[in-house]
Amino acid sequence: MSGPPPRLILDGLTKSFGTHRAVDAVTLELQPGEFFCLLGPSGCGKSTLLRLIAGFERPTFGAIRLGDQDLTGLPPHRRPVNMMFQSYALFPHMSVAKNIGYGLEGIGRAATAERVADLLRLVRLDGFGARRPDTLSGGQRQRVALARALARQPKLLLLDEPLGALDRGLREETQGELRAVQRRLGTAFVVVTHDPEEAMMLADRIGVMEAGRLVQIGPPTELYRRPANRYVAGLLGDVNLIPGQLGSDEAGEVRTVATAHGSVRGIVAPLLAAGAAVVVAVRPEDLVLGDAGLPVTVTETTFLGDHLRRTLRLPDGSTLRASGRPTDTDLQPGSETRAGFAPEAAAILPA
Amino acid sequence: MSSTPPSLFDRLIRLPPFLWLAAFFLLPFAIVLKISLSEPATAIPPYLPVLDWRGGLDGWSSFLEALNLDNYATLYADPFYRDAALGSLGYAALASLILVAVGTPLAYALARARSRWQPMLVALVVVPFWTSFLIRVYAWIAILKPEGLLNLVLMHLGLTAKPLHLLNTDAAVMIGLVYAYLPFMVLPLYAVMNRLDPTLRDAAADLGASPTRVFWSVTLPLSLPGIVAGATLCFIPMVGEFIIPDLLGSSETLMLGRVLWSEFFSNRDWPLASAVAVLILAIVIVPVVLFRDSLQAGEGR
Amino acid sequence: MTWVTRGAMVAGLAFLYAPILVLIGYSFNASPLVTVWGGFSTQWYGALLADAPLLASAWVSLKVAILTSLIATVLGTLAALVLERQRRFRGRALFTGLVLGPMVMPEVMIGLSLLLMFIGIGLDRSLLTIVIAHATFCTGFVAVVVAARLRGLDRSLEEAAADLGAPPMRVLTTITLPLLAPAIVAGALLAFTLSLDDLVIASFVSGPGSTTLPMRLYSRVRLGVNPEINAASTLLVGLVSLAVLGATWLTGRRHEA
Repeated sequence: MSGPPPRLILDGLTKSFGTHRAVDAVTLELQPGEFFCLLGPSGCGKSTLLRLIAGFERPTFGAIRLGDQDLTGLPPHRRPVNMMFQSYALFPHMSVAKNIGYGLEGIGRAATAERVADLLRLVRLDGFGARRPDTLSGGQRQRVALARALARQPKLLLLDEPLGALDRGLREETQGELRAVQRRLGTAFVVVTHDPEEAMMLADRIGVMEAGRLVQIGPPTELYRRPANRYVAGLLGDVNLIPGQLGSDEAGEVRTVATAHGSVRGIVAPLLAAGAAVVVAVRPEDLVLGDAGLPVTVTETTFLGDHLRRTLRLPDGSTLRASGRPTDTDLQPGSETRAGFAPEAAAILPA
Repeated sequence: MSSTPPSLFDRLIRLPPFLWLAAFFLLPFAIVLKISLSEPATAIPPYLPVLDWRGGLDGWSSFLEALNLDNYATLYADPFYRDAALGSLGYAALASLILVAVGTPLAYALARARSRWQPMLVALVVVPFWTSFLIRVYAWIAILKPEGLLNLVLMHLGLTAKPLHLLNTDAAVMIGLVYAYLPFMVLPLYAVMNRLDPTLRDAAADLGASPTRVFWSVTLPLSLPGIVAGATLCFIPMVGEFIIPDLLGSSETLMLGRVLWSEFFSNRDWPLASAVAVLILAIVIVPVVLFRDSLQAGEGR
Repeated sequence: MTWVTRGAMVAGLAFLYAPILVLIGYSFNASPLVTVWGGFSTQWYGALLADAPLLASAWVSLKVAILTSLIATVLGTLAALVLERQRRFRGRALFTGLVLGPMVMPEVMIGLSLLLMFIGIGLDRSLLTIVIAHATFCTGFVAVVVAARLRGLDRSLEEAAADLGAPPMRVLTTITLPLLAPAIVAGALLAFTLSLDDLVIASFVSGPGSTTLPMRLYSRVRLGVNPEINAASTLLVGLVSLAVLGATWLTGRRHEA
């Protein structure tokens, strides 16, 4: 049963609870072997979307397809898709081996034992088969859950906040492991997370969700550098938003924006007409203090170990944040300077 | 929250309890309702009319015409039944109040006991709950009867010269009700009190409230659902109580459960007994509907 | 406050236990009179063993309680699954009412209504009719106990099993029921005890030859205090105490593990 791994297609998927649309017309095509992250704050509908794909919820509209197979009406136990639960949902009354082997019914005892042993090795838990889940550490439980979800060789693995229950230190280590397992198996992963750093670290592509809608899909760098709107810009990291009006002068990607303190240039988001109210989004690390740019006064300098964070005041009293190397200590609070940035580092977004 | 469509499996699971309870709870209830609208007769079965469904539509209409509210009129008009209804209500209501007064301190003491001792103390309250109701009522006969333990002690202490008449009095019924139903009051109340966030008490104390004020201003108001649940859980069966008035009460102790019993077993007036049953149910329905939310809150026993 | 609560605890427990302890004390009294202490004796326990009618009705009660407990546990567990897991279906209100109704229905009402129906359909009164009546009123209690546990059960455990390919029946037998086992056992015990304890309903629906223990005790108790009954009561109380304390000890141990 080989051949190219199938691709997952979500077509206008919508889920309403009463009048509330938890998932609103989500259309998405997942590449085989892709590591995809659904990113958004709690309540944005990302978990509901995952539950729709797994079959725990029935969509109000829309379809879910995996290759030629229509999954939309299938109950969870008939879907070639597996899920790793946020709580891990390890069966407390079964041993680790029984948990991992639960989905392997019907392949015979010897084959099950062999497969369970392989999976235990994959998640580096050899010898833990006889243990009960409640005798394991959080990290070990997470790995058992992963092994169990992979046991049936799913065509697609769904992971609901897979690292959410782990300590900070363990989380980074586990991110690497998760990535490694996914690379080795070539299974497509869909991970739900509210942590932008985690999404950027793990994913080939990120889908940002806001109020049930998928607002932007793209590789991490694209989302960080070219956010589609202020929401995405703010979600992926600290950003300065400078309001202004889009100039009418030129065509092309790089355009001029007239702000209250002078004009700046940046890359314009699609579908913005000349004269529109916009914001220019610039990351703190892209602000260059020196001879060019907007006039600012340094109001505060904070030493943060690997970098310096400066708060800058524009003439109208609004503030910008800039980060610099920890050795740049010449600009003390009170100094007047200018804050500029390269046009490629600035995104012009709808206000 | 899952909203998968109803499966065959779901329906199959519903079927056995539904069929059983429809056959042995709903249907008998309908029969009682019907018989309560019939007249007694010296026949088998001892009431009229009996539906003869071979009679077709005519049979039905004459059957329906023969049904009447006479039994309920009797219940209303005859002071005996009115007194029994009021007596049931009075005993049950007063006993519920006493149970709140007695049960609240005990439940609170349980909830505040050291966590090491709590399971054992709760078990101590549970043992009587699981012990035969009949035996627990019977135990009071040995204590209250003229040559019983209480009189023995009272006479020994010189508090009374001759035995007091304690058994077969209203007071004995009241003691029996409070005693027998105390676990039903304490357990739901304890369940609610035990779930209260202890930091609320600490916060009140930190703000300068004395332990007494903490109890009255924080613990008690928050335990109200448990109090209502406990009182309702006791009130409901007490209205229809038979054993306690029969064993501890006098022949004057009129309670509906006992009246129903004698109408049925002694007078063999099935229609009237049925009407009494419907009356008990009507009285009991009121607090259930009224305190539905609290009852759910106190359910965690 | 600690003195107040401690006092309430002592007073409350004394009130609950004094009559039972008095009963136990009398059961060892050689004299049949309550007023006279005739010395320590176990003669009433001996008399109990020779009391054939009493033993016969104890046996009836035991059979009824076991059958009741079996039926009520199956029906109640199914009902709990429906009440907790099936949020919306036509007739849900009726279903809920049918399950919980018998719990608030006065016993006299349940007994009377079932008897009238049994007579109506011509079913002879026997041990079977008692079992039917007891199972009907115990189902709701089992359902409440099991539903409470089901509510605390992480839903994702069952979802995970379904996700791993288990059809609904396998989810039920391998995940849900094993995890509910403590509550199901508790529910079964509750049904057993309620059945064993019932006087009123059994009095209506029992037939000749199916006199239960409470019915037998009641007919004797009506005649006054009886030392043999004291002995029987002591045995019952001892049995129940052992069971409850044992269960408490067991669950306590499981928490520590």
